[in-house]
Amino acid sequence: MTTQPYRLAEGGIVDRERPLTFSFNGRRLTGFAGDTLASALLANGVHLVGRSFKYHRPRGILTAGTEEPNALVQLETGNRSTPNLKATRVELYDGLVATSVNCWPGVSFDASALIDTAHRMVPAGFYYKTFMWPRGGWHVYEKLIRRMAGMGRAPEGPDPDRYDRVNAHCEVLVVGAGPAGLAAARAAGRSGVRVILADEQPRPGGMLLNVADTKGEPGADWVGDTLSELRSMPNVRVLTRTTVTGYFDHNFLVAVERVTDHLGPDAPAHLPRQRLWRIRAARVVLATGALERPLTFANNDRPGVMLAAAARAYVNAFAALPGRRAVVCTNDDSAYDAALDLHRNGVEIAAIADLRTDPARPAAQAAAAGLNILYGHAVVDTGGRRRVRSAHVAGIGSDGFLKGPVRALQCDLVLMSGGWSPAVHLFSQSGGRLRYDDALGAFLPDRARQRVQCAGAVNGAADTASCILQGQDAGSGDLPAAASAAVAEAGSHWPIPARNRSGEFRRFVDFQNDVTTADIALAVAEGYQSVEHLKRYTTLGMGTEQGKTGNVPGIAVLAGSLGAPLPAVGTTTFRPPYDPVTFGAIAGRDVGPLADPVRETPMHAWHVKAGAVFEDVGQWKRPFYYPLAGETKRDAVVRECLAVRNAVGLMDATTLGKIVVSGRGAVAFLNRVYTNAWDDLEVGRCRYGLMLGEDGMVLDDGVTARLATNQFLMTTTTGNASRVLAWLEEWLQTEWPDLDVYLTSVTEQFATVALAGPKARAVLSGLTSDIDVTTGAFPFMSWRSGHVAGFPARVFRISYSGELAYEISVPAAHGLNLWAALSRQGEDHGITPFGTEAMHVLRAEKGYLMVGQETDGTVTPIDLGMQWILKKRKDYIGRRSLARSAMLDPMRKRLVGLRTEDPDLVLPEGAQILPTAPYGPPETMVGHVTSSYWSGVLRRSVALALVKGGRDRETTTVHVPLDGRTARAEICDPRFYDPDGARLRG
Amino acid sequence: MLLIACPWCGQRDESEFTCGGEAHIQRPPDPDALSDPEWADYLFMRANPKGRHRERWCHTHGCGRWFNVERHTVTHDVLSVYRMGEAPPDDRDGDPS
Repeated sequence: MTTQPYRLAEGGIVDRERPLTFSFNGRRLTGFAGDTLASALLANGVHLVGRSFKYHRPRGILTAGTEEPNALVQLETGNRSTPNLKATRVELYDGLVATSVNCWPGVSFDASALIDTAHRMVPAGFYYKTFMWPRGGWHVYEKLIRRMAGMGRAPEGPDPDRYDRVNAHCEVLVVGAGPAGLAAARAAGRSGVRVILADEQPRPGGMLLNVADTKGEPGADWVGDTLSELRSMPNVRVLTRTTVTGYFDHNFLVAVERVTDHLGPDAPAHLPRQRLWRIRAARVVLATGALERPLTFANNDRPGVMLAAAARAYVNAFAALPGRRAVVCTNDDSAYDAALDLHRNGVEIAAIADLRTDPARPAAQAAAAGLNILYGHAVVDTGGRRRVRSAHVAGIGSDGFLKGPVRALQCDLVLMSGGWSPAVHLFSQSGGRLRYDDALGAFLPDRARQRVQCAGAVNGAADTASCILQGQDAGSGDLPAAASAAVAEAGSHWPIPARNRSGEFRRFVDFQNDVTTADIALAVAEGYQSVEHLKRYTTLGMGTEQGKTGNVPGIAVLAGSLGAPLPAVGTTTFRPPYDPVTFGAIAGRDVGPLADPVRETPMHAWHVKAGAVFEDVGQWKRPFYYPLAGETKRDAVVRECLAVRNAVGLMDATTLGKIVVSGRGAVAFLNRVYTNAWDDLEVGRCRYGLMLGEDGMVLDDGVTARLATNQFLMTTTTGNASRVLAWLEEWLQTEWPDLDVYLTSVTEQFATVALAGPKARAVLSGLTSDIDVTTGAFPFMSWRSGHVAGFPARVFRISYSGELAYEISVPAAHGLNLWAALSRQGEDHGITPFGTEAMHVLRAEKGYLMVGQETDGTVTPIDLGMQWILKKRKDYIGRRSLARSAMLDPMRKRLVGLRTEDPDLVLPEGAQILPTAPYGPPETMVGHVTSSYWSGVLRRSVALALVKGGRDRETTTVHVPLDGRTARAEICDPRFYDPDGARLRG
Repeated sequence: MLLIACPWCGQRDESEFTCGGEAHIQRPPDPDALSDPEWADYLFMRANPKGRHRERWCHTHGCGRWFNVERHTVTHDVLSVYRMGEAPPDDRDGDPS
């Protein structure tokens, strides 16, 4: 075991019996179970942990929690690697591998740190200034900037881990398990209601975990007792390692539980890595605590400069010394407690520089301990490079300038405390208003908009006793008692004057984004005076940290620059998430094959066995084509098309939407939703219908059969089935509730096979004895019921291929057997299964429209040349819109056929159509290709297009620009094959 | 995530519902009697108030029924829920926020 030179011999929560080995930037180090990565690094004397985002300055560990802006690491390697994790939050496990982000080639020598010496070139808003010349140069600069900035790296392969999602409901959700949260959960739990207590730390206790001397107040024992009472209540759920990241409407909160992150790659396989909790709470108690603020003195960002309470936590909770000789700078009381705890553990306190000349509560204990307290003093600069080596201390006059000499004190640790900011993030997200409290120097929760109460430090309570009291009140549903004491009398001295006003110094407000007091002053001088503008211009408060430490100092500096009171400046909006959330947790199980449901027809197994290539149509898997050995897609499609044209083919049409429309109002309903009339359709007959939106644009089409006087079977396109059903329901329920009509989706109840081709009748007649299939008895656009292959069936004589065709529907359970029976029966006739691509080619050869291909929500029936289907004497959805003059403009894009001059050329769908040969941009474009295929039966390409002027332009030549050349084509009748429809009626 | 009380199923998450926009816009009984601008007004123009708003919602992933919701567009408070065909609750003055 390697030694840990800065580890105390006893104390803390670390388990010295369980040493853990880990690697940081390639160095093998040792820590103990219970450590965070940050505490283990400090125990090993490692302070330089990263480089800053913009200037690549050496940075150390600033905090001990979620608010850490500097110590970001890339954890693990390969596809499990996670970027930008806070070392202060990563729990140590054996074999952990972490590297710093933002540095190349390494953290000790970072080539980009040259920027630091040239920092005048990258002032606030440099993105918007420096890289604007020459025009177009941004493309070059961007790549360089991304490489230098960019934080960590995302893994490139799929995430090997599993994530889960839980929906939970409770009467009381308590966020934060410090003294206030524990007391709130206990009070609520005792009332018997369902309680969830969520805390982001591995152990409940909050600040009490970091306190050595509780001065007679409740401490670790109280935490233990409260927790065991909570654990004994069946109605209370305690979630640790769980960060509530978002507070949304109607008391809906989202939390992320890190289930196995602390176990590393060896976590048990049955557990998810993280769990996303979606919690609906009747009442919420926010006991989110407060975050300590840094002070803005020159070079306040060197490794070894740390928040006072963080140092206290490292010493007390982790038994890790952050240094041997410390200088403290503070403007509030809490830093004295930290100084005393460090002092007791052997850290020499060189001086405590208190910005206040006359603190309300003099630090008697510190004085009694013999600590050197300098009132009205501050740290005004620091020395050192990769680690702080000295602190320069001077008196601050009432005019805000330096008073007296500047003394350099040797040290390896500088503690700072700029007071505390209540963690009002979730309260603010919930819609609550904040108010600025002058005495506390902080924004506090004010008026709530939802059922939420705040308790403890987030509410301004300073000592453990008042935190517990507030928690008890809030947990019981009472209004929390007023805070008994102020958090601090902070809020002054932003920024702290520098020792040499003309010299080189930078005072950092936002450590993560390298925003200094000078950046804020510059932004104000340039007119960015609103706090929201300042944020975007300087990037203050962005990134993973979101201004947790620097928010109030930044606002204070802004207020100072503007000469305005701080509350008048206000805060930027707090938005979720409070802490970064992994995409894995958001996606949960909805990944891979579970991302979207997959729908398969009853015949699917047959298609798979036949080697079909599948196409996704909505959620359905449809056979695209059935290639034989050695066949290309084009070969297979031509073969399938020719089989339908010359013999017989069969296609799985199960996926078409099927809706039964029944009731006494069914006819009236169809008359309103379709453009044509339905009164005269006899039982046993079918009719094609076109459905429009109220804007007159084509929505869907399909064939509807009259099953009985008051019952119809409507079909829709595959992809539109649920949308059409919802559309019809909406009209029925909201506009025509008086109509006696019921809609029932039966898409999945029936399997449907399309049998198409001149031999279709021969095949069908061999399989049915109770349906007369002769043309006279069973004409085109009619349907019959009976048995096919022994199964009860409805047979519809309808066609989308232009050939003699039947669609046979049987109960879904018989689908596979029907398909097999038809295949066997058709063998002698050369029956061939065909897929959706052949269907598309066959219908395009006939000039039939395909919804979604020829239509895109801007195409009317008139554009499609389908005036014949628009009934003049009745009202229907969309009719009034078609009467608008613009709809009748002959120069609208209308459906035409296109014959390419080169018959072998298949135009790409979507290609633009020009009236003349291209002459250079901007071209005049008159239309585009909507469908385009190779036609085996015509031995040439066929294409459909929407072109301005439509068929009035027939026989004119248009130009289609392609990659590197231009094709010529002639506008023609879109019915390329059998234009009179003789084959279909035969 | 709103909590919406479907008049048929009770309180459910917003993700079960579809919002159908402004309520109480009746399809003109005789569209031919309308001028083009009047028709366009029916077809496209919708209120976008800051405050109380009556909307149609459908419990798409539940009972499938359409109903009306009176919602405050600033606070997202659901002020009332009533069935299709029912009269909206009386207009109340003032801003409930």
